[in-house]
Amino acid sequence: MSGGQMSALKLAQRLPGAAFLSNGRHWIIGLPWLWLTLFFLLPFLFVLKISLSEAVLAQPPYLPFIREIEDGAMTLVVNFGNYMLLFEDPLYRTALLNSVEIAAISTLLALIIGYPMAYAIARAPQAWRLPLLMLIILPFWTSFLIRVYAWIGILKNNGLINNTLMSLGLIDQPLEILYTPTAIYIGIIYSYLPFVILPLYATLIRLDDSLLEAAADLGCRPWKQFLTITLPLSMPGIIAAAMLVFIPVMGEFVIPDLLGGPNALMIGKLMWTEFFNNKDWPLASALAAVLLVLLIIPFVLWRHYEQRQEQQGEAR
Amino acid sequence: MTDVSKPANAEHAQPIVRIEQVTKTFGNVYAVDDVSLNIYPGEFFSLLGSSGCGKSTLLRMLAGFETPTHGRIYLDGQDVTDLPPYERPLNIMLQSYALFPHMTVEDNIAFGLKMEKMPKAERDERVREMLALVQIEKFAKRKPHQLSGGQRQRVALARSLAKHPKILLLDEPLGALDKKLREQTQFELVNIQERLGITFIVVTHDQEEAMTMSSRIALMRDGRIEQVDAPRRLYEYPESRFAAEFIGSINLIDGHVVKQEDDQVWVQSEQIDGLLQVRHSQPLVNDMAVTVAVRPEKIQVVPALSQGSNTVQGVIKEIAYLGDVSIYHVELPSGKRVMFTQSNIQALAEQPMTWNDSVTLTWQPNACGILVK
Repeated sequence: MSGGQMSALKLAQRLPGAAFLSNGRHWIIGLPWLWLTLFFLLPFLFVLKISLSEAVLAQPPYLPFIREIEDGAMTLVVNFGNYMLLFEDPLYRTALLNSVEIAAISTLLALIIGYPMAYAIARAPQAWRLPLLMLIILPFWTSFLIRVYAWIGILKNNGLINNTLMSLGLIDQPLEILYTPTAIYIGIIYSYLPFVILPLYATLIRLDDSLLEAAADLGCRPWKQFLTITLPLSMPGIIAAAMLVFIPVMGEFVIPDLLGGPNALMIGKLMWTEFFNNKDWPLASALAAVLLVLLIIPFVLWRHYEQRQEQQGEAR
Repeated sequence: MTDVSKPANAEHAQPIVRIEQVTKTFGNVYAVDDVSLNIYPGEFFSLLGSSGCGKSTLLRMLAGFETPTHGRIYLDGQDVTDLPPYERPLNIMLQSYALFPHMTVEDNIAFGLKMEKMPKAERDERVREMLALVQIEKFAKRKPHQLSGGQRQRVALARSLAKHPKILLLDEPLGALDKKLREQTQFELVNIQERLGITFIVVTHDQEEAMTMSSRIALMRDGRIEQVDAPRRLYEYPESRFAAEFIGSINLIDGHVVKQEDDQVWVQSEQIDGLLQVRHSQPLVNDMAVTVAVRPEKIQVVPALSQGSNTVQGVIKEIAYLGDVSIYHVELPSGKRVMFTQSNIQALAEQPMTWNDSVTLTWQPNACGILVK
């Protein structure tokens, strides 16, 4: 370090607040914290507050937390009724279980379809990789909503699939796909496939080929190489992909609403109904809070497992 | 001359590795160009050359990672040219070590044994044996990322030896270690090889490493084999300018043959403005252009006014003090420079040779060689 820099640094340290300013790390870490606090934690606290309130026909459509009950005494009123309802009314339980089931099955299917695609791209000649990745990303150029609408045209009774199959004489009656769970799965897997392929590709492309060579040299056949080397080493990608699908699908509203028809019962759609149709903000908020907690649990468990793995390694 | 296609102690042995006219092309680049080699059981055989000379490609063809464009490869008499790596009776230690990062040291070593479905008890015993062999027992439960470079190298060695292969290929086995550790490990590798009686085939770019460890060295250049010989013969009797200059340092003096009697050849050289006498048993033609090669350590300083062949006079122009030896560069009247080395026997010589000193140098006729190529 030159003398000039040194004295500049010393001067900076003497200025008020310099101890904080000079430590750029605080800023780097502080910015995302600030962002998350402003746009995630605070809104969530509002939602939490509303969920502990009671619905009324007013503006805003819920009772304040602290209010005058009688003779001017201010009282804090906390209402757990919304949460009680969620656990008592089978409608919400069913919707929740339905959402978990749909999210789990579509995550699994998306992984099964996406893994070979990511693998193929990662194994393709270098010149092919970027164009192939562009093809995966290309649908994002069109609005998500429009693409889901397009599936209605493809899946409906006189839509693309049915018309083609009928004109080929393969079927006499149109297949009932639209407004069935199948349509929901098709819509979800179609929409979320890029979120599976991209993290998997990122993991697979980093996989060292010499590991497979070493395995082959030690007598390991190709299929076994995949099971013992490639698959375990792509686990971080699989987990990232699974979370990128499972979490948003749990709260998915547009796809079940457009493709699943009126009978599709998913928690995201229920939230919409409570919020906009029934104007029951507190109940909708309670649903949102429960959903968040349910989604955080597997994430925390996974983090805990990861950390324990690492500590075990170091202790030995 | 003895048959250098076989090591001295393997006169009657059958080769364990037979490479027959193997060529490998990538596009229109000849990575390996018509190479034939026999390697015998128990040899510590080195493929030596600078990067891009085809040594690694040749090794990868032995391992089965690449298929020769032409030619055949036999291991233990069996044609393995078209066998995939997992069916070949040899193992390789890769340059990157390629340890499985998600497995412990133990599991890495046991991997090959699991693949051949060795019973667990026997497998555990073998893993213990391997851990002891390379002295890493206490790291058995660690993952590769928790090891140092030297420890990783040992795990890689243990893993590749675990199946008790008859042939072990090693791609730059010491390349990633620092100098001190590399020197220690060289001898350990040789010890392990001798103890287990396995044939080692090593790829290296480091001539010192090859000289220290090998029973024979194949010097490669541009996909071809330049010379195959024991380290000592390769050093003392290089067959080409390339071989002479690749291993150690050497003075090359150009001239032409003027006389040949019995096993002595006289070479007239303008570079030294005089006659050189060299022992050389192969017949040569008069007036043929040849190069006389003399290693710097074979040159002696003699009192001035000494006469006779192989004697040159010049002025010291550069001195490199290396501690154990000093290298002197002497300029001859013709402008030709000759290097010689002197051991620094005294700590501080009373009258050391210094810059611009005039010196007379000489060497024995049997301490130099003739290069025709």
